[in-house]
Amino acid sequence: MSRAAILKNIAAATSALKTKAPRPDYDAAITHSAPKLAGRDLFEVFCRNLAAVNGRSMQSVAELAAFLTESGQTRGYCDPALYERIGVPLAAAGLTVETTYERSRYDDYQFGITRASGAIAESGTLILDDDATSRRLAALSPWVHVAVLERGTIHRTIADALAALGNSPNIIWVTGPSKTADVEGILIEGVHGPGEQIALVM
Amino acid sequence: MFGTQLIDDYARQISDEKQASVLNGSASGTEKRYQVLHKDYADPDALRQLAGAIKDHTLHHLGDYLQLAEQALTARGVQVHFAETDEDARQTILSILREAQVTRLTKSKSMAAEEIHLNAFLSENGVECLESDLGEFIIQLDDDIPSHIVKPIIHKNRRGIAETFLREGVASDYNDDPQTITRRARVFLRKKYMDAQACITGANFLCADSGRLVVVTNEGNSRFGLAPVPVHIALVGIEKLIPGEKDLAVFLNLLGRSATGQQLTVYTEFINGARSATQPDGPEHMHVVFLDNGRSNVLASNCREILRCIRCGACQNVCPIYRQASGHAYRSPYGGPIGAVLSPLLFGDRFPEFADLPKASTLCGACKEVCPVNIPIPDLLLRLRDKAKRESVPSPAALPMAPFAALATSPNLWRSAMVMSKVMNHLPLEVAPIKPLQDWLGQRTLPPSKGGEFRKWMKTRKKTENLKNAALPDRRLD
Repeated sequence: MSRAAILKNIAAATSALKTKAPRPDYDAAITHSAPKLAGRDLFEVFCRNLAAVNGRSMQSVAELAAFLTESGQTRGYCDPALYERIGVPLAAAGLTVETTYERSRYDDYQFGITRASGAIAESGTLILDDDATSRRLAALSPWVHVAVLERGTIHRTIADALAALGNSPNIIWVTGPSKTADVEGILIEGVHGPGEQIALVM
Repeated sequence: MFGTQLIDDYARQISDEKQASVLNGSASGTEKRYQVLHKDYADPDALRQLAGAIKDHTLHHLGDYLQLAEQALTARGVQVHFAETDEDARQTILSILREAQVTRLTKSKSMAAEEIHLNAFLSENGVECLESDLGEFIIQLDDDIPSHIVKPIIHKNRRGIAETFLREGVASDYNDDPQTITRRARVFLRKKYMDAQACITGANFLCADSGRLVVVTNEGNSRFGLAPVPVHIALVGIEKLIPGEKDLAVFLNLLGRSATGQQLTVYTEFINGARSATQPDGPEHMHVVFLDNGRSNVLASNCREILRCIRCGACQNVCPIYRQASGHAYRSPYGGPIGAVLSPLLFGDRFPEFADLPKASTLCGACKEVCPVNIPIPDLLLRLRDKAKRESVPSPAALPMAPFAALATSPNLWRSAMVMSKVMNHLPLEVAPIKPLQDWLGQRTLPPSKGGEFRKWMKTRKKTENLKNAALPDRRLD
């Protein structure tokens, strides 16, 4: 009933308009930020913009193992598909790595390692896609989220990434650690999601 | 005769402490926005104008786009509902929850849900609806209402929040360190997420071509709220539509920068269906409730440009009246310039109740300058003032204009009034036993009159111009 009434009201309102605005024809380049895109290559630009939002980029499992050990985040989850490549060397470095995520133990996982299906250089954003990410919760509940990214999947701009969204019912762009400034405008990281967002670029 | 308006009464009631919080919060928001937009773009105005044009186009073809979005969502298994009024929306949501046997849910920040007073309604009907945005969570604990679109607790400080947490059992001792406050909310809320049976979100945008709705948060609360539950209900105002995904590049780049001075909000989630078959987390059922609640009437009015609004709060931050009066003075979820236009229109059946709001503006134009969708807010405020006059809404603060009109149309009368005004500079007005004059002076300081200066300047200017034109006949103006 509401549907018909709403559409009828809208039709009455819009048909009374003398002129209707055409759909603007524009080049996506108007949305590009030149200073954000400056740099030698996509990888460099991505890492710089990720650092600007307090994210970290790493290029080796050894570097990740050292960071987790030093920060005392020694127990976590790893996507089974990434276990051979990342879980095994982390375990060898003395960390506890599980390949199942049990909801009832959501606070036990100090780090979570999942796949990113892409990234955006312009904004330092990681792209998590339901079809490629093993567990949404493993990228949310641990203090440290490690998104494993293939270098060749970095998009140059936000507009490029939108053009390549694909068909997944759920995609999330993550630009730095979870944060708030609700209390007196003071920036605090790690509100509900991770306080550390890492891109492990392979 | 010179009574005060409702908004003035509210503005006077707020404490110095609260006013300082609002002023600091909004001023820093304006500063951050300006810095980031001008650092990242050579011509941010071009982007704002484009965004306004895309929104105008969408609104002028809203029926088509709404049906397109409905088709796209339905094709992906999403159940689409339409709610003409706030009551329709509340009942629709309640019946979805009843059918799914939901009694506990979390909700991420939604202005549309504030507008229809959803929390109170669900609670009366036995459904626990917990706000998960940190600011909104604190608002809910205090039984307060948000005073800013993106910074709902801009009017609160850490001491009040720490007291609330102690009183409501979120914390076992008093601690007002912002980091501790945030960690305590983290621990408390994740239990609630895992225990909930549904999640209600709003939407920042809805792409008509793919049905993708876009939800942005910095905290990750909507993502966390959705991950463990089987049911997702999105409450979406019909003005949230944009034609296609391509257009998101324009809007996402403007929204974060205008709202919080960020290039992008931390979490930008694109949803057009239940979770993937391979994904163990996320809802199995998705509902979209399209809310009209007066919007189609606004579309029919001469203030339809206000429907372009993407709820960034930049106009609130920059507004000199908002900064002094705070959001609560506007008596609806929408404070500041956006609220001064939107509330009298959306709640049109109660127009006289909100008719003072369009007058709560100096018409300085700052709100139009910062608006990411280029809404001519000052023009809309004038149209609403005109509406109030035409509909004879009584106005306690209106000055009788007839004597002024008489003065202003008679050069002789005007000349003598100018002389009189100078005489008034030497009269002790502050002790004159005239009640209306005392009321008026009680709130204002009368500057010394410089009556007649303009006329003097104009006369001299005419003489000089005539001389110039005689000397240089070729440069005479048409």
